[in-house]
Amino acid sequence: MFYCKVDYRVLLSFSDWLNKWKDRLYLNFVASGRYKYLLRGLWMTLRITFFAVLLGIALGVVAAIIRSTHDKIIEEIRPGFGKFLLRFFNLIVKLYLTIIRGTPVVVQLMIMYYVIFASSTNAMMVAILAFGINSGAYVAEIIRSGIMSIDPGQFEAGRSLGFNYIQTMIYIIIPQAIKNILPALANEFIVLIKETSVSGYVGIMELTRGGDVIRSRTFDAFPPLLAVAIIYLIIVVFFTKLVSMLERRMRNSER
Amino acid sequence: MKKLLTRIVSFGLILCMAGAMAACSTKSTTTTEAAKSESETQANAESSSETAAAAGLTSQSGKLVMATNAFFPPYEYHDEATNEIMGIDVEIAGAVAKKLGLELVIEDTQFDSIIAGVQMKKYDIGMAGMTVTDERKQAVNFTSTYATGIQSIIVKEGSEIKDIDTLLSGSYKVGVQTGTTGDMYMSFPPEKGGVGEDRVVRYSNGNDAVLALSTGKIDAVVIDNEPAKSYVAANPGLVILETPFAVEDYAMCVNKDNTELLDKINQALKELTEDGTIPAIIEKYIPSKG
Repeated sequence: MFYCKVDYRVLLSFSDWLNKWKDRLYLNFVASGRYKYLLRGLWMTLRITFFAVLLGIALGVVAAIIRSTHDKIIEEIRPGFGKFLLRFFNLIVKLYLTIIRGTPVVVQLMIMYYVIFASSTNAMMVAILAFGINSGAYVAEIIRSGIMSIDPGQFEAGRSLGFNYIQTMIYIIIPQAIKNILPALANEFIVLIKETSVSGYVGIMELTRGGDVIRSRTFDAFPPLLAVAIIYLIIVVFFTKLVSMLERRMRNSER
Repeated sequence: MKKLLTRIVSFGLILCMAGAMAACSTKSTTTTEAAKSESETQANAESSSETAAAAGLTSQSGKLVMATNAFFPPYEYHDEATNEIMGIDVEIAGAVAKKLGLELVIEDTQFDSIIAGVQMKKYDIGMAGMTVTDERKQAVNFTSTYATGIQSIIVKEGSEIKDIDTLLSGSYKVGVQTGTTGDMYMSFPPEKGGVGEDRVVRYSNGNDAVLALSTGKIDAVVIDNEPAKSYVAANPGLVILETPFAVEDYAMCVNKDNTELLDKINQALKELTEDGTIPAIIEKYIPSKG
């Protein structure tokens, strides 16, 4: 008798709760097409991330090759213009790494938007540059650690087969290095996707800002934030899956 | 070692479950209790309203927590001389808190988080040059109005935008502060008197929007008149268009459940207006001409 009564009440409050949530979800996502803020934001986030990743890899590879070449062979080079040039580029890359890794990405983005590209009206371009340059610094160190992790014997073997420096790098060192650094690299891209959430600071309508706008219209914080969180999570889980598939493929060549 | 780890983890899990259950059961008992003795509690509250007021009027006893976004001169701003948040809203809230015998605590947050925070009882009142609108009324209660604001349009000197009609009909980009009435108006599609989603650029505060305007990233900023004046005074090369865009009322917002606080604030506002305190505060920051 007693628990019958409780059951009934629990059921009633549960259906109440369900109805309340239905109303909440309707208000936050369906009413006046509010879900479009999230879709537009997601599209912007994906575009910024994609181009920033490309830029980051390009910058990172160049910076890593300069740094690791310097660290490996600067002692062996004969004094002359080549040595001076390598020293000079190494210094520039070191400066780049120090500045970019030593300051928060939001600050870099704001400096880009309000100072360096003050006259640009394309905010997305500025964000891509800011995040790409930022990511490049981290990618550079990841790739350098990969290159340095390969046994010097591999390099000497390549040279004794008649490859020159560039060929040894491309055919022997980099393929082995990539396998080592893939998890770290994937981690960097996951961080980058989530870091783009600060581009709302410079008026860009990305995913997080899309959620902010919904909150400012419905005065309800939880549903839009939850939706934004779930979308980021899905992107990251999907990406992680892709990377682990790639890793498995690469491991096949070990035997 | 492994065994020990498993034990620790399982112990933690059991604790969590117990906690969750306890939380559930307390909740259900309170609801049933509340259902049973609602009339009783009400009677109690009425008989001893004085003690109840002292204990549960605000979220933190003895304190009136006010949420604002202090980039909105002269209503609220970070004062350079004193390093504190100053302005009309702050002084009025201070006077109200004094009347209620509470200590004013100011929380500087994002404008678009204020109403959500008041709803969740993180803040007792929201006061940020906030306009009373029908949408907001569905979420919170508003006190009586203490000031009037005007939406105005800021453009660069010599801009092609001469009035609201040129702004709406062209393909100009309009900067706004997220969640303000300027944002709402401008986000409407053209047939409803706005410029539509694609031409609105949303910033976290008015300062950022004005900065973007002065570097030419956007063509106009729509924001309340008084802060607009301060921004224009601080940034040479900007002007406010003569034609105002909309006239609106400012009020504090209070959680819907807390009607007691609402009534007390309204009473305090009435007394402060009658004895000339509020007009004096507004006159101090916005001297009327002539």
